[in-house]
Amino acid sequence: MEFLLQPLTLLTFFPILGVVVILFMNSEMKNAIRWVALVTSLITFGISLWVLGQFNASNPDLQLEAKYAWIHVAGWNIYYYLAVDGLSILLVLLTAFLTPISILSTWTAVEDRVKDFMVFFLLLEVGMTGVFLAQDLFLFYIFWEFTLVPMYFLIGLWGGPRRVYAAIKFFLYTMAGSILMLVAILFLGIQTNTFNIPQMLVRLPDLYATGTITAGTQMLLFLAFTAAFAIKVPMWPLHSWLPDAHVEAPTAGSVILAGVLLKMGTYGFLRFNIPLFPNAAIQAAPWIALFATIGIIYGAAVSFAQADMKKLVAYSSVSHLGFVMLGLFALNPQGVAGAILQMVNHGLSTGALFLLIGMIYEQTHTREIKVYGGLWKITPVFGTLMLISSLSSMGLPGLNGFVGEFTILLGAFGSKAIGNPWYAGISAIGVIMAAIYILYMFQKVFLGPAGEITHHHDLKDLNWREIATVIPLIIFMFWIGLYPKPFFDILAPAVEKLLSALPL
Amino acid sequence: MTQPQFIDFYTILPFTILVAWACLLLLVDLFIPRNRKGITAFLAALGLAGTLGYSVTQIGVSSTGFNGMVSLDGFSTFANILLLASGLFGIALAYGYIKRMGIERGEYYILLLFSVTGMMLMAQAADLIIVFLALELLSIPLYVLSAVSRKLDSEEAGLKYFLLGAFASGFVVYGTALVFGATGTTSLNGIFYAASSGDFSLLLTIGAALILVGFGFKVAAVPFHMWTPDVYQGAPTSITAFMAAGAKIAGFASLFRVFVIAFPLLAPDLTAVLWALSALTMIVGNLAAISQSNIKRMLAYSAIAHAGYILMAFVPYGNKDVMPTAIAAGLFYLVAYTVTNFGSWGVVIALEKAEGKGLELSDYAGLAKKYPALAAAMTVFMLSFIGFPPTLGLIGKFYLFRSAIAGGFTGLAIIGVITSLISAYYYLRVVVNMYMKEGDPVVEREPWLGFTTAVTAIATVVLSFVPQFLFLLAITAGFR
Repeated sequence: MEFLLQPLTLLTFFPILGVVVILFMNSEMKNAIRWVALVTSLITFGISLWVLGQFNASNPDLQLEAKYAWIHVAGWNIYYYLAVDGLSILLVLLTAFLTPISILSTWTAVEDRVKDFMVFFLLLEVGMTGVFLAQDLFLFYIFWEFTLVPMYFLIGLWGGPRRVYAAIKFFLYTMAGSILMLVAILFLGIQTNTFNIPQMLVRLPDLYATGTITAGTQMLLFLAFTAAFAIKVPMWPLHSWLPDAHVEAPTAGSVILAGVLLKMGTYGFLRFNIPLFPNAAIQAAPWIALFATIGIIYGAAVSFAQADMKKLVAYSSVSHLGFVMLGLFALNPQGVAGAILQMVNHGLSTGALFLLIGMIYEQTHTREIKVYGGLWKITPVFGTLMLISSLSSMGLPGLNGFVGEFTILLGAFGSKAIGNPWYAGISAIGVIMAAIYILYMFQKVFLGPAGEITHHHDLKDLNWREIATVIPLIIFMFWIGLYPKPFFDILAPAVEKLLSALPL
Repeated sequence: MTQPQFIDFYTILPFTILVAWACLLLLVDLFIPRNRKGITAFLAALGLAGTLGYSVTQIGVSSTGFNGMVSLDGFSTFANILLLASGLFGIALAYGYIKRMGIERGEYYILLLFSVTGMMLMAQAADLIIVFLALELLSIPLYVLSAVSRKLDSEEAGLKYFLLGAFASGFVVYGTALVFGATGTTSLNGIFYAASSGDFSLLLTIGAALILVGFGFKVAAVPFHMWTPDVYQGAPTSITAFMAAGAKIAGFASLFRVFVIAFPLLAPDLTAVLWALSALTMIVGNLAAISQSNIKRMLAYSAIAHAGYILMAFVPYGNKDVMPTAIAAGLFYLVAYTVTNFGSWGVVIALEKAEGKGLELSDYAGLAKKYPALAAAMTVFMLSFIGFPPTLGLIGKFYLFRSAIAGGFTGLAIIGVITSLISAYYYLRVVVNMYMKEGDPVVEREPWLGFTTAVTAIATVVLSFVPQFLFLLAITAGFR
């Protein structure tokens, strides 16, 4: 039973402790509940730093394994198996990092059913961490599906006016993809006689070589996994749940949704689609690049047309995650490393934008761009933080977004798998478009003459708590932007190993 | 015919204990005053618990009795344990409910005991004559129990159930007769030997098909499901809960045994039929459930849909390599279904008012605010029905779909997952009502009811983390 005390088990399940404590608390003790949740998530973040300390960045393999034969009867071979490597460690850290920040952001924003909110939020953290750490397909599927439940409640209970519709749409859309993945998982499990992913990776090449799994079947399996992950990312044209979910979700929900949940999709491509189905991945790369490029341009164009700030940022996610997909399926070191870094970057910048928009919404209860104007003079701190986050999101050199997007484009230009530099060329236009829609929003909200809200509301600048919520994100934006080497160093060996197994 | 030996009685001992107890209770009940029928309930539960305890000690024992007409093996013991547990849950749910609805009588519990004995005999029957006997023994008390409330729709439900049940029994009898005509025996093993020793005739196939139709009625498979929503809605809810689990377990147990032992040679002819039956049941059950606004009807259609999932385990029954794990998957899913079933009906009973009020989905609005624990339990049950983690329903479906794919029926598994997606829509509607709508529901607080919902909710979650021993039980219980 020693697996229970291993760092990754602790990291994944520590929030459960907070959940148990909160469940025994009186729901009237709102502040105490908030503190318990915050402290729990901070300790979890501490554990994640401890994990980072034990992580050996030069080792490309899975590390810190927590393994236990869970269901071992009649050819099931299901393991409780958590491990971390260079592909997942940053995302695990991002999850542990964004959760306390999101909880801090709800301090005054969530007044209703605080107890339930914190319970669901901590459960969500368990699910997300588990998704990034699970090395057994069955376990992965459980965590993957489980994240839907708390998120469904977060949107449906604390969301905006159309929250019920958005919550159900989110649930059914995501489930639609994952059930096809379930069939593929079962098929793989039967063919390889295990659900343990490293074992599967050892056994699959033989099955492909002997034709037990034909190229056509491999492609079908690839597509089944793609269905689950592409909806989650979301890739164009499967993105229509995203704007609804984002607009209706409470601020903390949006932050986690954009910051972590979407990355579960791109991470899925990285962890499963590419290594498990290498030939199909290479074959599909140009098509994925095509859809990614369409997504980049489409997302940017639609963002420009939005009147609602949150919706604008939501659509910008479609565009940004298009870059991540383009980088992943460039299938070369720059592309993949850039994509992983860009996953983190998007979590930071979009997370910050959602937080800031949430803060102003809390005061004015509107996110309409046109009712604002001239905010800079009244709320300079808010304006500064918003400016930095916006610049980070549009990829200004010196900030994190630039590093990620630049590396991705570099990878995509020279990609043998994509085989056509035009995708990268067209995608580069997306960077310019991002500058246009982000600056357009910034200009309308902060500069120019005062809008009606700015006039009639007694607007206050951010307080210490709100600043403290955003500052950690800002620090990382600069850090990654100015000195990304440590981050790339963590990724590089694992990426190298992943790509070396591809028949390219 | 030889004299009955000890082994004969040993084989039917679990069943005999319960029958004797039920007969005794019938007498004892006469001396229990009208306003203290709780004692009968207690005694009935005691009988079930005692038999349950005895059955647990029989895990791993196998014997046959009465010239092979009944058999006791891992399979029947598994089913017996599940059936006895269902009986206990049935009594726990009924205890407060029938008092509140003004239909409390001692006979209620005794009839329920008789029905359980019929179900147990059904799981043990190794001869078509005994199958028929058991079918009647389980059904007749259920007909009475469905009509036990003197309300119009309860009587209507009872009559409807009786007519269609009799019709179904007719199919079984006629099928048995044709099988006897074709093979000269009604013993399951005998039928197999007769069929494998030569060319079996069309008569045998038709007979088997008719038996399948009869069972199709009992387990509520499409297109023999028409009675289910009306009967489930009209019958007292505590009986519906019991019927939805017990009758289904017994029906499937017997279906598995009869077809696996007697008719494996017919598999090439029947596989396509079973495939279609399973697919249709999943599709129709889930689609029809969407449009229901009454929770009893919705759960009735959901019960139909789940029969389809369990049938999936039955489709590869002729394939010797896959059959053992497929049947084990079916048994495992029956456990998951039973636990979830009693839990969800328990919540329905908690909200039901006299005159059939409190049964609309809209009556669940606001439940989460006033009764968070009850709403959380119902959410667990709904997630389990969908097949969502962390519940037993997910593990069950995973197992079922896996055996379907291993048997080469990937298409059926895909239909299974897609219908699960459809089902998410209507199960979530209950959750939406409980959590996201405003309302002021009133809940009956009864200790045994609360106990049942709590136990089943906890079991649904906890067993999903430690399913290994259930897997082992189901696998050792399956046929080889």
